[in-house]
Amino acid sequence: MEPAVSGVPDPSGEPSHDGFVSRLRQGELGFIPVLVALLVAFVVFHLANPYFLTPRNMSNLALQVGVLGVMSLGVSLVLFVGEIDLSAGSVSGVCAVVLVLMASWYGIPGPVAIAAAILCGAAIGWIHGKCITVIGAPSFIVTLTGLLVWQGVQRMLVGNQIGQVLIDDPLVLSIASTFMPFWLSLLLVAVITASAIVVCSRRWKQQPEAAPFDRLALLGHAALFPAMAIIAVAVLSNHMGVPVLLLVLVGLALVLTFVTEHTPFGVHVYAVGGNAEAARRAGIDVARTRVILFAVCSAFAAISGIIAVSRQYAVDSNTGGGNLVLDAIAAAVIGGTSLFGGRGRIPGALLGAIVIGSVANGLDLLGQSANVKSIITGLILLAAVSVDMVARKRRIRTGAAGA
Amino acid sequence: MKTSARGPRLRLAPSELDPAGGTALELLETRNLSKRFGRVQALDGVGITVRAGSVLALLGDNGAGKSTLVKILSGAVRPDSGEILIDGKPRSITTPRHASDAGIETVYQDLALCDNLSVVQNLFLGRERSKGVVPFRRMVLDRPSMEREAARAFESLGARMPSLHSQVSNLSGGQRQAVAIARAVVWRRRVVLFDEPTAALGVEQTGNVHRLIRRLRDRGVGIVMISHNMTDVFAVADHMTVLRRGRKIADLEPGSCTPDDVVARITGSDIAAESRL
Ligand SMILES: Nc1ncnc2c1ncn2[C@@H]1O[C@H](COP(=O)(O)OP(=O)(O)OP(=O)(O)O)[C@@H](O)[C@H]1O
Ligand SMILES: [Mg+2]
Repeated sequence: MEPAVSGVPDPSGEPSHDGFVSRLRQGELGFIPVLVALLVAFVVFHLANPYFLTPRNMSNLALQVGVLGVMSLGVSLVLFVGEIDLSAGSVSGVCAVVLVLMASWYGIPGPVAIAAAILCGAAIGWIHGKCITVIGAPSFIVTLTGLLVWQGVQRMLVGNQIGQVLIDDPLVLSIASTFMPFWLSLLLVAVITASAIVVCSRRWKQQPEAAPFDRLALLGHAALFPAMAIIAVAVLSNHMGVPVLLLVLVGLALVLTFVTEHTPFGVHVYAVGGNAEAARRAGIDVARTRVILFAVCSAFAAISGIIAVSRQYAVDSNTGGGNLVLDAIAAAVIGGTSLFGGRGRIPGALLGAIVIGSVANGLDLLGQSANVKSIITGLILLAAVSVDMVARKRRIRTGAAGA
Repeated sequence: MKTSARGPRLRLAPSELDPAGGTALELLETRNLSKRFGRVQALDGVGITVRAGSVLALLGDNGAGKSTLVKILSGAVRPDSGEILIDGKPRSITTPRHASDAGIETVYQDLALCDNLSVVQNLFLGRERSKGVVPFRRMVLDRPSMEREAARAFESLGARMPSLHSQVSNLSGGQRQAVAIARAVVWRRRVVLFDEPTAALGVEQTGNVHRLIRRLRDRGVGIVMISHNMTDVFAVADHMTVLRRGRKIADLEPGSCTPDDVVARITGSDIAAESRL
């Protein structure tokens, strides 16, 4: 076995660039800002109203985060390649309508209707991707068009009804109203812990001469998600258990994390986001990569629409509307994703969504209006971007330029 | 998907390498290549020969057609007419994929590296090695194998990297060149094209790149190097081809001419002198 580092050491004695400490010094903050935001939100809302941290309210929060969380996972993918998807909200709305109409009007069984809604989302995203790559139109414009068009379609489909269309399919309704048995929650914790240990031990071996503090940071990093999972299970078991919806959200996040960080396709995604021309010259099909990501993003929007239906027992012309898509983009950015492409990670989007969800939930408890929520969420976004910009200046100063 | 990370592998016995370059293996040849951009005849019937284990310097003033020639060989530009021969057989190279299938690697002037990816990720970009169990065969990145191979490539080039996991944005200009060159080694390329490899580098780093190019040549790779810099040319070239206004003006050997002769051929002052006679 050869060491993982080049045989010829660098005589300039430069420190290794991949330790946690040197990364921090270079302005690579990772999940630190979003974790700080999460901690601050929890402490502030707990102090303002002790009901916030009760198992009952945390269970509620877990359910509330589903729609936004799933959407922001998908939107992150598109942001990774330096594109944007403004249509995710409308797409989730239109797919929700497809689901409800199929189930309620045509009596199509739940699993089929769900699959059809997701496929419908993927097809819409595929069209967006094709418009962007074939016509060469900016994604901002194409997905703005998508936002308007699919919103119109959704209203037309619902419009004949008065207000909303109800759904009574048991499978669809069970998504947001079922809780996992305790043993299944434990299994989930075990899976998360095991994968963290695998990743951590590989990194450990990669850095044979890492500084002690870097090692400590590595352990801390590895312990983060298992610890959060254990706390979540411990707290939620005191109420009704871990909601299946949370399992869906975390499961989807794990799948996307795996794809973006451990597969060749994931490397291609970041390559296209970092330097599309270099990716093309390396033989990567840049257009195909983009189209796939837009399709997956819209499929995730569709899943988010299905979750919304499951929570509302119905669909109306506002499903997927309002601030939802902007919150989803904000969640990704709060979680450390760069709008310039090539930087960001999937778990960040999940954490960002939890931050935004906590703010909404906490302000609700304090009896604040939607307007206040909107203002606070905006300010958190600004703070997150400012922190990243300061860090970015630092990255440029230390020579780690780029996005 | 992309399973074979190894292209055709070239192993030459020392006897096959002819240092004089006379009868050495001809890896790549062009015949009568022409390319027109609107009213500019960028290339006009150019033929070059690239031999295994030797460096061909491509010289010429601005706009002479050097980059156009390299772009044709790398599949980025389609020639209007002419032939490309690989190992003596005609071959059409119209996409970057064709070029890499033919064993040709281009180290672009702007390096074409992804700043946000690590050294290893850049080395294997587009040809990642993967592993995995059924039903996920070939789905998971095989990082240890790529890291071992990368370490071997840098070692064989004598190149220094702070760490294989560094983001490329943290590297110096010379180190970035080393990454681009190591890509050719890892992918077992037979012909490597350089477009002004030392244009943005200081003295020391230029020396490092010369060393890397010689190492690559000593492995039996055929090299084409565009340069405006006579130090480059006389440091590493075994043969020189001078272009002017898209035409080949001369084939020269560094042993039998001076930098001044070469500059005269490049600028055309020799013709001016002749025509005055
Ligand atoms: N894509 C293009 N479209 C139009 N004209 C082009 C294009 N590419 C090259 N040319 C023209 O073809 C001629 C040869 O260009 P080329 O880039 O090959 O020159 P060069 O020898 O590499 O010059 P330099 O030393 O400045 O890099 C120039 O007149 C240039 O303007
Ligand atoms: Mg040029």
